[in-house]
Amino acid sequence: MQSQGEAIPRIQTDDAPDAALRLTGEWTLRSLGPHIRHIRRGLSAADVSRAWALDDVTTLDSFGATMLWRAWGRRWPARLSVRPEHRAIIDEIARSTTAPLPTPARYGFADVLVGIGRAVFGFGNHSLDFVRLIGQLCIDLLYLARYPREWPLREVSANVFKVGVKAMPVAALVGFLIGVVLSYLSALQLQAFGADIFIVNILGLGIIRELGPVLVSILVAGRSGSAMTAQLGVMRVTEEIDALAAMGISRSLRLVLPKVIALSLAMPLLVLWTSGIALFGGMLSAWVQMDLSPGFFIETLPTVVPIANLYIGLAKGLVFGFLIALVACHFGLRVKPNTESLSTNTTASVVSSITIVILVDAVFAIATRSIGVPL
Amino acid sequence: MTDTAAIELKGISTRFGTNLVHEGLELTIARQEMVSLVGGSGSGKTTLLRHIIGLTRPAAGRVMLFGEPLSQGDSRTQRERRRRFGVLFQQGALFSALNVEQNIGFPLRELDIATEVEIRDLIAQKMAMVELEPRHALLMPAELSGGMIKRVALARALVLEPELLLLDEPTAGLDPERSAGFIHLIRSLHERLHLTVVLVTHDIDTLVALSTKIAVLADRRIVSYADLTDTLKVDHPFVQRFFGGEQGRRAMARHGGS
Repeated sequence: MQSQGEAIPRIQTDDAPDAALRLTGEWTLRSLGPHIRHIRRGLSAADVSRAWALDDVTTLDSFGATMLWRAWGRRWPARLSVRPEHRAIIDEIARSTTAPLPTPARYGFADVLVGIGRAVFGFGNHSLDFVRLIGQLCIDLLYLARYPREWPLREVSANVFKVGVKAMPVAALVGFLIGVVLSYLSALQLQAFGADIFIVNILGLGIIRELGPVLVSILVAGRSGSAMTAQLGVMRVTEEIDALAAMGISRSLRLVLPKVIALSLAMPLLVLWTSGIALFGGMLSAWVQMDLSPGFFIETLPTVVPIANLYIGLAKGLVFGFLIALVACHFGLRVKPNTESLSTNTTASVVSSITIVILVDAVFAIATRSIGVPL
Repeated sequence: MTDTAAIELKGISTRFGTNLVHEGLELTIARQEMVSLVGGSGSGKTTLLRHIIGLTRPAAGRVMLFGEPLSQGDSRTQRERRRRFGVLFQQGALFSALNVEQNIGFPLRELDIATEVEIRDLIAQKMAMVELEPRHALLMPAELSGGMIKRVALARALVLEPELLLLDEPTAGLDPERSAGFIHLIRSLHERLHLTVVLVTHDIDTLVALSTKIAVLADRRIVSYADLTDTLKVDHPFVQRFFGGEQGRRAMARHGGS
């Protein structure tokens, strides 16, 4: 056992200019750590041209050697006494640091241009890949039409459960609260005009036609879209997708198609469920705040909101579900085997699917402007 | 150097659900030994290694590193203790978002003792030590071959100057030539840095070439802990199968029965 005192690294100097600098103790990363400031000060004050006596250094590791080599200005002091095994360690540092490590190039103006160019080509590449994925799905469907026994029904069913059934509680909660808030805020305005009964029109049209589908889409994109991307991405990282391909199983047929079909089926149902709950929340709020009885609400709803709105809402759900699943799978299959790529693609998947959903929603609004809106 | 053992395992029991993996396992590894841990598939070699690192805790028993229980002291003391060993994971476990230079320098930069120039010197030295060229410094882990990943991971494990080096299947996934090179590298590091090395391996060549002691894990405990010559005399079905097979005899012949 060594006593604590011997292990502490020290620089001992005599004031006489000819006396040697004596280094003692353990010159290792662990022992130097607590005394690092002191040692650095001592080393920077020391004169390289003096005699250096390292014989009493008990252990020296590459960190201690690096500090000494730096302090000596990267050359051997003229007068040095050191144990041979320690000399070898310092010598190793001396040899390995002759060729400096390359540093990454600075980010300049040219890189900005290159970045823009890359982004443009990247977008083209994405579009091409996306179209290819849709094409592949069409081919898969044709194939399944010829060989109906190969429908991946179990996968579809598992996915419906995962993206549909399991999303019901959170969708209900969000829908209910939105319904209550919407009803409450509208009621404040309507009461000012004495137009209380129009709450049914506002809630009915707003939720069934617009809010329900979009709300569910955003929820599902964040919940199931990201999960799909991450799942496919990790399967790519762990080479599971390659393993499937090696067994001659089409990845699009077994992995992508079930997800797309499942989400296209589950989304309209989720939209129906969420819109229903939101209307229920709105109805309760109207009852409490404006004393509008639920019976009246339910009776008025079909007369002021044409049934076409429900169909539009469900159609939106189907299209949005299809798009979210497709976008999620597209990004999932592009994941490269590293963590950075996984996170980038998952983020891109969620952001793109929400953006696409809102764009397509605008298209829907224009295309269906003359349907189901009572004048 | 002090006399306390590098690793002491006392009465280790591990259970996964109803499956008892270790039961009252005892093992003491002295400093500067080079110990191979062998055992059949599913015998809990990697689990034992994870106990030593402190990633998992045994259901019963104690793990002592350098004479102290692994989980003794406050979080700072525990962290200090963890810095005394380096681990080479089976797949390398390089941080995929960082390049080679950043991966090797990561523990040093976290430690915040060395200055940036010193860190770069140390990285250069460690890269030279594991026979990587300076031009490899900017590569990302995804661009490296299997052998290079292992060497970068080894450099990272060594960068804090550990006293104990733990290797999980160091030569798995390397071709024979690279594997021989890696074995040579570890052996020369062991001699030069006076490390204690514990490795888990299936590869009989690695085992014969590297170990000063062999710990055989079978029947949920260490059935033998001895050097190669004595291990071969152990009358246990696993030992006989492991070393008596075709591959075992060939490896033994290659290394001159050392």
